[in-house]
Amino acid sequence: MKTVCHHPGWLVSVVLIWIVWGTPSQASANDGPVATSQAMAILSYNTRIVLAGTALLGACCGAVGTHLFLRRRALLGDVVSHAALPGVCLAFLVQESLQPGSGKSLGGLMLGAGASALAGVACLEGIRRTRRLPDDAALAIVLSLFFGLGVVLLSIIQRLPTGSAAGLADFLFGKPAGLLLGDVLLIGGLSAIVLIVCGLLWKELLVVSFDAAFAVTQGWPVRALDLLVVLLVTAVTVIGMQCVGLLLVVALLIIPPAAARYWTDRVGTLILVSSGIGALSAASGVLLSAITPKLAAGAVIVVCAAAAFVLSLLFGFQRGAYHRWRQQRRAQRHAGRHDLLRASFELVERKLAESNATDDVTVPGWSLAQLETMRSWTPGRLPGLWRAAIRDGFVRADAAGLYHLTAEGARQARAAARQHRLWELYLIQYAGRHPVDVDPDADVAEHMLDPLIVRELESLLQPDHAANRVPASPHDAPARATPQAEATP
Amino acid sequence: MPLHDHTPNSDAPLSIRDLTVAYHRQPVLWDIDFDAPPGRLIAIVGPNGAGKSTLIKSVLELLPRLSGEVSFFGRPFAEVRQRVAYVPQRTSVDWDFPVNVLDVVTMGLYGRIGWCRPVRATHRREALAALEKVELAEFAQRQISQLSGGQQQRVFLARALAQQADLYLLDEPFAGVDAATERALIELLRQLRSAGKTAVVVHHDLQTAAEYFDDVLLLNLRVVAAGPMAEVLTSENLRRTYGGKLALLDQVGHEMSLRGRR
Repeated sequence: MKTVCHHPGWLVSVVLIWIVWGTPSQASANDGPVATSQAMAILSYNTRIVLAGTALLGACCGAVGTHLFLRRRALLGDVVSHAALPGVCLAFLVQESLQPGSGKSLGGLMLGAGASALAGVACLEGIRRTRRLPDDAALAIVLSLFFGLGVVLLSIIQRLPTGSAAGLADFLFGKPAGLLLGDVLLIGGLSAIVLIVCGLLWKELLVVSFDAAFAVTQGWPVRALDLLVVLLVTAVTVIGMQCVGLLLVVALLIIPPAAARYWTDRVGTLILVSSGIGALSAASGVLLSAITPKLAAGAVIVVCAAAAFVLSLLFGFQRGAYHRWRQQRRAQRHAGRHDLLRASFELVERKLAESNATDDVTVPGWSLAQLETMRSWTPGRLPGLWRAAIRDGFVRADAAGLYHLTAEGARQARAAARQHRLWELYLIQYAGRHPVDVDPDADVAEHMLDPLIVRELESLLQPDHAANRVPASPHDAPARATPQAEATP
Repeated sequence: MPLHDHTPNSDAPLSIRDLTVAYHRQPVLWDIDFDAPPGRLIAIVGPNGAGKSTLIKSVLELLPRLSGEVSFFGRPFAEVRQRVAYVPQRTSVDWDFPVNVLDVVTMGLYGRIGWCRPVRATHRREALAALEKVELAEFAQRQISQLSGGQQQRVFLARALAQQADLYLLDEPFAGVDAATERALIELLRQLRSAGKTAVVVHHDLQTAAEYFDDVLLLNLRVVAAGPMAEVLTSENLRRTYGGKLALLDQVGHEMSLRGRR
């Protein structure tokens, strides 16, 4: 089990194979008179078949798309899907001529689509080899050339006397409602194969995506693996053309991994989340179009995926906008508290020198106005910080309305001041800064010091460690125009 | 041109004979002959555009050769891949890739793990040991986009160390790294040397080259001189390496690279 977990590709395959074989049988098992509830009535047998097929397809697209996405070859998906159209038309013509009326049998159309998609990619590679054209131009040429060819063939087919040509254009935008049980089994079987290949070669595909040159020196057949990715993309395009349509399948390839990237920094999780988003948006697209008549299901699927993308962009755990905003706010709050505690410590330090109190907690209290003179605050910031410090239990007010540090507050303030002064000392001793202009620099950097660096500073500047002693402020020696200097007689 | 032996040296970790490379806008290399002596730290030094990286890449079959032969430990590269570790320039990959430090180091073991087999806990431990050698063990779970330049370079070296190769080819490992990393890297290279391994390092800094390395290959589209540091690093050789471009060589090279385009 442990190795399976470490190898997310395997996990994906296992789960999805289970779905492939599990769902259609369940769907047919439920297809009895028991299904009387409203939900079941909406989800007719046919809808459930379609649902299973498209969800699988979505998962499959999400997994394969992740590899495209990681290689920064998203547009390859576009070329593959557009280049498949002439193949669909030719396959239709061939099937029709062999046996009139059977032109739209899905298997043959898929074969034709796959062949012409691969021909498109071969053309692309051919143009790229000449090294005369930039990549994007080559992509645009091949894509439009093949698609144009397809549309010409399509218009010829539509003028043929046979009636079965109607609906061939559905392959452009997808019409999942037309899926039959046999089609779903075909789609399911192919999806399973694609997912198994993805799972088995997950490690190989990963190393080639990350560092192709290194992979070559390790003896991995990088070109063959590149070709494999093309084959996988072709496979899902062909599988998806009836559900989502050739023009929209690329969205299902690229949007799920792009959305998933906002949620995670691990490639294993990325594939899982991407598959999940793919499956979910495909399923919800089918459901929405099932309960709303005349809604183009393929397009609704893509809109659902786009909605998932926008949600991820805003709320993704790793890189979503909300997450970043919160992180920044937390950093600001941390910096503010740090400043406040340090100012308090310096005030207490001065009062200790003036009075005969023995420790940080028992020194005479102070007013907010006194604290305000300790440093320059962002206008309007101090009261908010102050309230937060009282709420957090770092500071308390006495009966006279004067403030004191609590024991915890004193400990934290001491640590904050110590960290600040260590950093100042470091800047003065090692970076050659003059004591007078060191303070602002220290302020900016110290909020970012992690404990590891603080420990290093300690060993560098205070080898004796002296029980967390706070070094004297380097500013005290040279005169400095601060209240501190005025207050000391 | 002095007469030289055309048979590859079977003892040398790396033996290059009459290597000529002219490929699509890369600097052209002429008739490179070089034997890397075993158990030494060897610097490839030369001006910008001298073909230092091109040499490493063509030796590793990342770039096609026009002519010439390269052998590793007396055998063709394909037979001894696992004994040769390549450390590319760190800028050659996307450091925003969604993997963590340990994942990258583990990639050094993929060749040994083999096709379709999953990465197991023992492999992870091995990778962690390599990370410890470059003092990045505590960064194992960190996402690679959070690393500094020097840390990236050390991760790449750890990946090569995990491979437990006998010959290390490093492309500009000291470019844009902090002083601490530079010291750590050179310390590691010295440890490799004491373990009898060989390292060939593309290096751009003449001053430190003399301090860090045992041997040097002075390169400027051709081998200017090669051998032990003290013998080779003469002012005459340096003038020949760095002093002015050879106009004719340049021009012919350019035309060849146009023809070498595919």
